[in-house]
Amino acid sequence: MLSWLLGAASGFARPKIDYHALAPEIILSVGICVVLIVDLFISESKKWLTATIAGVVLIASVIPIVTLAVIGDNTRSLFDGRYVVDEFSLIMKAMFLIIGYVVVLLSTNEIEEGGYYQGEYYVLLLSGVLGMVMMTSARDLVSVFVAFEFLSIPTYMLAAWRKRDTKSNEAGVKYFLLGAFASALMLYGMSLLYGVAHSTKLSDIGAAITVKGKLSGVEALAIVFIVAAFGFKVSAVPFHSWAPDTYQGAPTPVTAFLSVGSKAGGFVALVSMVYLAFPLAKDIWQPLMFVLATLTMTVGNVMALKQTNIVRMLAYSSISQGGFILMPFVVAGTKASETSLKTIVAYLLVYATTNLGAFAVVIAVTRKTRSGEISALGGMLTYAPGLTALMTLFFASLAGIPPFGGWFAKVSAFRAVLEAGTGYGYAIAVIGAVNTVIAFGYYGNIMREMWMKPAPDGDNSRVEVPPSIIAALGITGAGTLLLGILPHLVLRFGDLNDLVHTGALGK
Amino acid sequence: MLINQFLLLGAVLFCIGVYGVIARKNAVMVLMSIELILNAVNLNLLAFAMNMNGEGSADGHVFALYVLAIAAAEVGVGLGLVLLIYRNKRSISLDELSEMKG
Repeated sequence: MLSWLLGAASGFARPKIDYHALAPEIILSVGICVVLIVDLFISESKKWLTATIAGVVLIASVIPIVTLAVIGDNTRSLFDGRYVVDEFSLIMKAMFLIIGYVVVLLSTNEIEEGGYYQGEYYVLLLSGVLGMVMMTSARDLVSVFVAFEFLSIPTYMLAAWRKRDTKSNEAGVKYFLLGAFASALMLYGMSLLYGVAHSTKLSDIGAAITVKGKLSGVEALAIVFIVAAFGFKVSAVPFHSWAPDTYQGAPTPVTAFLSVGSKAGGFVALVSMVYLAFPLAKDIWQPLMFVLATLTMTVGNVMALKQTNIVRMLAYSSISQGGFILMPFVVAGTKASETSLKTIVAYLLVYATTNLGAFAVVIAVTRKTRSGEISALGGMLTYAPGLTALMTLFFASLAGIPPFGGWFAKVSAFRAVLEAGTGYGYAIAVIGAVNTVIAFGYYGNIMREMWMKPAPDGDNSRVEVPPSIIAALGITGAGTLLLGILPHLVLRFGDLNDLVHTGALGK
Repeated sequence: MLINQFLLLGAVLFCIGVYGVIARKNAVMVLMSIELILNAVNLNLLAFAMNMNGEGSADGHVFALYVLAIAAAEVGVGLGLVLLIYRNKRSISLDELSEMKG
């Protein structure tokens, strides 16, 4: 075996590397090292500098993405097609980098005032973003696995960032144990897929599973394991048990990052597996997705109704939103395949801006109230009318009230499942419609608390919102409005021609 | 060919690992069970790779190396977290991690 490997190595030719296509990842990696080194040499009072550098690095990584999009030439395929930069990956990369930037803005004050380790925090945050950025391009089991661990391992540590707080410890340990178990399950599924397809390249696996026509038990087992593992990452019910505890225990900016970034990372991985690795095995994953989507929407909504802690309620709300993103997956293998992919991209963009905005308002308000209870939000209209209006905007968008982004995302999700015309499609549309109505209950409850109730302690002094959080609110608020009023903006990005041509839709 | 025996051993290791994750209440034991699953994965990958001879064989070897390296990093973080709860609570029993409910 060794001699064979050495023999293969003698004919080794250095692959041509497209540095322009890899530029975002390279800038991020260099940025991580810079933050790490700068952190070593600056005094404690100047540690805020690491946050600034992290923000600059994230914005700098967006530049090559813009130039790649402007050049707009064909799909750039690197390393024998195992790492692909196409329109889908470009828009998702841009989204992850902007999520990272907003989370840096949200973290600055919280991490500085809490006396936490600042330099290390931003190193881990950037590493997590790097993993997500890699995930969008990964077209090989090995790179999917490496990206998956890259976006998971730093977030385990971030969740437990408040070292002395037992709640934060609990959040980290629960997240770690279930996350590590999920990645082990995923690996077992991947090893079986490799055995079936004789290759780790996703397109080869897709071809190998297509040719035989009839699915073997091993293939079915592999697909179930992989879908379940990504179910953990996107906190789909019944794999959601870690999510509410971790979200509540972790520092709030980290929760915002987990509920948006890490969840979207899981969905991107699910897209590349479902659309590229086993698109024609839909007999297996279609019922699976149907059950996951139904349970996730319903359980998330019902549990959210009875929460009294705002972050915990947002956790369950994000679980149920995840169910809506799973909805288009149910019709992924049908004639609505292309619409469903566009819908997933559009929904992820809208969900990211809206949910980050909701967390930004929560972080701003808890600076005054110092309480996570929903009842502490009373009287917000009198002391923080601007924040109240923004919170209303974000919750209206999450609930799906026109003309905000969430409305557009929900409408396109329903359009996709109805276009398919399958039994599963109609069934999931009905369940989704019922759940949309239930969701008004808990979003409305918060709005009532903010608009109608007086402040619980009668303290009507103003909330001081730091400039970085104002910037975060500006970005997310503008995004939510813009995506709702001009949905063609994202639909244009969602035009994933390249992914279609690479055979992503099983054609 | 011997591949069936290897895959069977892998499946047995996997099942023991999953049982351990579900049944054990000690955080370190759960970590060890996860390691068992990862060993099953590596056994599978290498058995398949040896069975292929040539085309696609290197993929499996490379994958196994990545699994080894990243599993080590993951366990490093995991033991750090377990140490953290031990310092704060003087216990690594998962049953006692129940401050948040609902």
